[in-house]
Amino acid sequence: MHWELEVTLFIFLVAAALLALESRNLLTAVVSLTVFSFLSALLYVAMGAVDVGFTEAVVGGGVSGVLFVVTIFKTTRTCRD
Amino acid sequence: MRDYESDDIVILVSRTLSPFIMLFALYVIFHGHYSPGGGFQGGTMLAAAVILIRLAAGMDIAQLQFPRALGMPLGAVGVLIYFGTGVAAMLGGGSFLDYAYLPLPGAAAALRSLGILFVEVGVGLAVVGILVSIYDDLLESGER
Amino acid sequence: MKVANFAALALFAGLLIYAASGLPNRGDPTAVLHRDTSPAGTPSAPSYYIRNAYKDAATPNMVTVILADYRGFDTMGEETVIFAAGLACLLILRRKRKNPQGEIEP
Repeated sequence: MHWELEVTLFIFLVAAALLALESRNLLTAVVSLTVFSFLSALLYVAMGAVDVGFTEAVVGGGVSGVLFVVTIFKTTRTCRD
Repeated sequence: MRDYESDDIVILVSRTLSPFIMLFALYVIFHGHYSPGGGFQGGTMLAAAVILIRLAAGMDIAQLQFPRALGMPLGAVGVLIYFGTGVAAMLGGGSFLDYAYLPLPGAAAALRSLGILFVEVGVGLAVVGILVSIYDDLLESGER
Repeated sequence: MKVANFAALALFAGLLIYAASGLPNRGDPTAVLHRDTSPAGTPSAPSYYIRNAYKDAATPNMVTVILADYRGFDTMGEETVIFAAGLACLLILRRKRKNPQGEIEP
């Protein structure tokens, strides 16, 4: 039905995931993981699962990002491998 | 937090934004019967509003809003509300979590609706308390 | 090493796309998931929920009725898991603070 929208979202989703995998700066990785969560929430909503999309947007895009950032500030900011 | 300095603009914006996030979270919890949402989502948004103040203004000021010792007891109260709803249905003659037998007046369908409301409030309280508690524990874990 | 990583990633993505091509179309009324009866001929649970959610609980949002009423034990377990996670964080991460006299406060 909205297959163009979903294909665009999928492309951005894969780009965000690859950025999170490859970035040296862990803060960049956390931000792109948050982007990944929000894009997947948009995909869920486009597929009709509004409740799941809401949960994903709130938990993945809001709270887990904050917890990751706190953990990074507690430990180290660059990845070593 | 390490290398931390509070900034006036950040505090102003987060102080302005936080009550609206809380209001929308309460709407999500109590309007979950009619629109997408429910206890888990609303509780997480409430915790996000509390954590926003903690991030912007620092732990010392944020203690005035939500004390550190309040998180875990609030979570326990939420879990107890959930289990208490189930046990109240048992006391009313049904099985565990069968809300139609809650000891309240009303038809069975209305009682089920009311039981769902109780349960959502319990889940929301548990989630807000426990998420804020996890944040506090992470933040103070390195200090001595 | 990096080439091997991305080759494994591409292989896994191809496997997932191949598996997803076997799923039924979204909203297809003839798919097994959406039929009124299961393949064994017994009535299936989703059609019962769709027909009776409003009558049973007087709540228009079907997802809420399923999560909190029909599958109440599931939500109860979920909440217990969250509570256990918070309790574990408290027990592992929270340090005992020392007051100026050097005594340990709980």
